[in-house]
Amino acid sequence: MLKKTLVALALGGALIGAGQAMAADYAIDKQGQHAFVNFKISHLGYSWLYGTFKDFDGSFSFDAAKPQDSKVNVTLNTTSVDTNHAERDKHIRSGDFLNVSKHPTATFASTSVKSTGEGTADITGDLTLNGVTKPVVIAAKFIGEGKDPWGGYRAGFEGSTKLKLKDFDIQKDLGPASQDVELIISVEGVRK
Amino acid sequence: MQWRNSSSHYGLVSILMHWLVAVAVFGLFGLGYWMVGLDYYSSWRQTAPDLHKSIGLVLFAVMLGRVLWRWFSPPPASLPNHGRMTRLASKLGHSFLYLGLFVLMISGYLISTADGRGIPVFGLFEVPASLTSIPDQEDVAGLVHEYLAWALVIFAGVHALAALKHHFIDRDRTLTRMFGR
Repeated sequence: MLKKTLVALALGGALIGAGQAMAADYAIDKQGQHAFVNFKISHLGYSWLYGTFKDFDGSFSFDAAKPQDSKVNVTLNTTSVDTNHAERDKHIRSGDFLNVSKHPTATFASTSVKSTGEGTADITGDLTLNGVTKPVVIAAKFIGEGKDPWGGYRAGFEGSTKLKLKDFDIQKDLGPASQDVELIISVEGVRK
Repeated sequence: MQWRNSSSHYGLVSILMHWLVAVAVFGLFGLGYWMVGLDYYSSWRQTAPDLHKSIGLVLFAVMLGRVLWRWFSPPPASLPNHGRMTRLASKLGHSFLYLGLFVLMISGYLISTADGRGIPVFGLFEVPASLTSIPDQEDVAGLVHEYLAWALVIFAGVHALAALKHHFIDRDRTLTRMFGR
């Protein structure tokens, strides 16, 4: 972590030296919890079931002028899954789904960011879930940035990606309409 | 046969409750073991857990009744051929069966009510949630329920073997007493 920070500082220094804008580093607002990792999955093909992960943290660096230099890292506690139904949550934590006793954390680390339009980008990165690491592409949208009323500076995004349960070694088959789950990530970062 | 226990014989109430609980405990174990492996699309997927919970809650009431009845009409004295160790083992064993059953039933209740949802009993009425603030309640209660169920059903088997040992080896009335003889 320290090493990364030092590298970032050195890089930032070099960029400033070259007279370019420096990407700012943001911490996900965990304290105020203006951040959500939600998911939705079809129930029998008849409705959407929504769930959320309550405990996660992360950071990103972002410069509106150079979105392709953005980076994002998120670490998530899989035990914190909540679908507003204790028996279902217990089942999701079990070996049928997320195996949380064996794989208590999920992580996402971006590898590249490609601008796709005004305020939108594809964030490619490695998602580790249920012990399986696979590249995924998050279609992200810049929502807004600016000073907050309390002396800080904030920027926020929303993004989503679709995962095949089987790709992440999730054993339980919920039927043909429920092979995929959509992850919906909505985060606000506070500039460090 | 009389309703109440006497100093030498079990009465009808104790006998009926004993066998009812025996059938319910093994039945609930089998039902529970089977239902957790059911496919999502099985037609029993919702009915089996509903039944398991309903029977379990009724069993809880029966067990409360059993404890009250023990106090109201104490079980007959130990048989004269039972030595000190036999009496002690029997006391400890029965305590474990009673206590274990209560903890087992309460842990099951705590799984289903962890999010504040009540449990419908045969669709007739609902037992409300109470304790919902144990950290990771449904998971902790789930582990207790699973391991204790195994321990209890194995121990109930030991209890049955002990009764058979009394019947066939010691040739005493331990087992026949539970049939009212």
